[in-house]
Amino acid sequence: MLDINCLLDNLETGLNRVIHERKLAQPLMIGLRTGGVWVAEALHQRLNIQEPLGLLDISFYRDDFSQIGVHPNVKPSQLPPNIEGRDIILVDDVFYTGRTVRAALNEIFDYGRPKQVVLGVLIERNGKQIPISPDCSGEQVILAANQRIKLTGPEPLAIHIETTASHD
Amino acid sequence: MTDNLQLNAEGKLKHFLTIEGLSQALLTEILDTAESFVGVSDQQIKKVPLLRGKTIVNLFFENSTRTRTTFELAAKRLSADVLSMSIATSSTSKGESLLDTIRNLEAMFVDMFVVRHAISGAAHFIAQHTAPHISVINAGDGQHAHPTQAMLDMFTIRQIKKDFAPLRVAIIGDILHSRVARSQIQALNALGTAEVRVIAPKTLLPAHVETLGVTVSHNLTEGLQDIDVIIMLRLQKERMTSALLPSESEYFKCFGLTESKLKIAKPDAIVMHPGPINRGVEIESNVADGPQSVILKQVSNGIAVRMAIMSMAMQPHGVS
Repeated sequence: MLDINCLLDNLETGLNRVIHERKLAQPLMIGLRTGGVWVAEALHQRLNIQEPLGLLDISFYRDDFSQIGVHPNVKPSQLPPNIEGRDIILVDDVFYTGRTVRAALNEIFDYGRPKQVVLGVLIERNGKQIPISPDCSGEQVILAANQRIKLTGPEPLAIHIETTASHD
Repeated sequence: MTDNLQLNAEGKLKHFLTIEGLSQALLTEILDTAESFVGVSDQQIKKVPLLRGKTIVNLFFENSTRTRTTFELAAKRLSADVLSMSIATSSTSKGESLLDTIRNLEAMFVDMFVVRHAISGAAHFIAQHTAPHISVINAGDGQHAHPTQAMLDMFTIRQIKKDFAPLRVAIIGDILHSRVARSQIQALNALGTAEVRVIAPKTLLPAHVETLGVTVSHNLTEGLQDIDVIIMLRLQKERMTSALLPSESEYFKCFGLTESKLKIAKPDAIVMHPGPINRGVEIESNVADGPQSVILKQVSNGIAVRMAIMSMAMQPHGVS
């Protein structure tokens, strides 16, 4: 039902439009670990960005530390030292509550003050909890609370919807 | 002997008092988490918000500059509020005055104690008696343990040597008085190091030292053969109560690490020292400042490793 190449095509088109409209200059692309990095790798190639992809692990910036503690598989973030004044394209696989993006923005701003940040996601689903929205997405879908989008990768990159027993 | 006090019901870190009884998986998780904290020093704003609103008290009953400073920096980089107290104590009536200190600080809504004390078992004692929501980190207790120092040493070794399995590690010097050595031996063994060798005069080795899982040498020239990692220990003059050594110069002649002795070890061997260094007593300046020395790397790594341990111990623990 969800075709990965079709989603990537849509996101690529959307990002090209936003880059043009907002006049992004030599944007730095940053992928959010783990799924967002896979998507960003594909886009990085398609948009022919020369500068290496930035990798962001938001584990230390999550808002649920007091409930679940440190994520055991946290990986280092790898951002260039020159975030100050840059145009940034932030990429994630799924936009859901908005909390991940909130954490990512906080982390990015601790590296410096970017000029603009654009958010592109493969899929935007319903369930937003804070006032943050993507600038473009490969597709918008409406799902039930017990459904979630699962990205597998990096090779081959594939996407499907999982339905779990609905008692949470 | 498992120190269950350190772990909560789910086997997660609650206190960090000793390496003893901690699994290879948990130690590796600490090292992996620390890896991610290293990058925080590259940020323009060298802070992550993990422990925002938490209060950490450094209780130092014994002097220390490096350990206290790196604990303080680690806590600040985790966005915790941190208070460092240096408390001089008399050797009598510690039990009572120690608990009184703890009760008073608890009343100020503290979440974590980082404890250094001249008496072995002090951090353990506080962990047993403090309020259940409070975590305790041992920053060195008597001659017992200094587990965060051992973990930052393990982190430094892994950073350079990648894998513990093929390594031969020599710990050289005053093993008898060294809490660092005890914790290092436990950590190296838990992480599967091929050989841990202690090299020291008989008077500076504890009785039955082999039972700690080490091989023993009393000769530096012989002992340094095939060694990948050299850990020098400080000659703890302040803890020596009897004449264990003829003289410092005699000690340096037999057990001091010089450039020529260093050549006996493997050519890519690294030299470590927990500090503070007695130059010309256990190590020659040329070696301490030389290309094989990773002593200052150990200090930098101390921050990331302590951030990892503090944040892991501060995880939610439900009601315990």
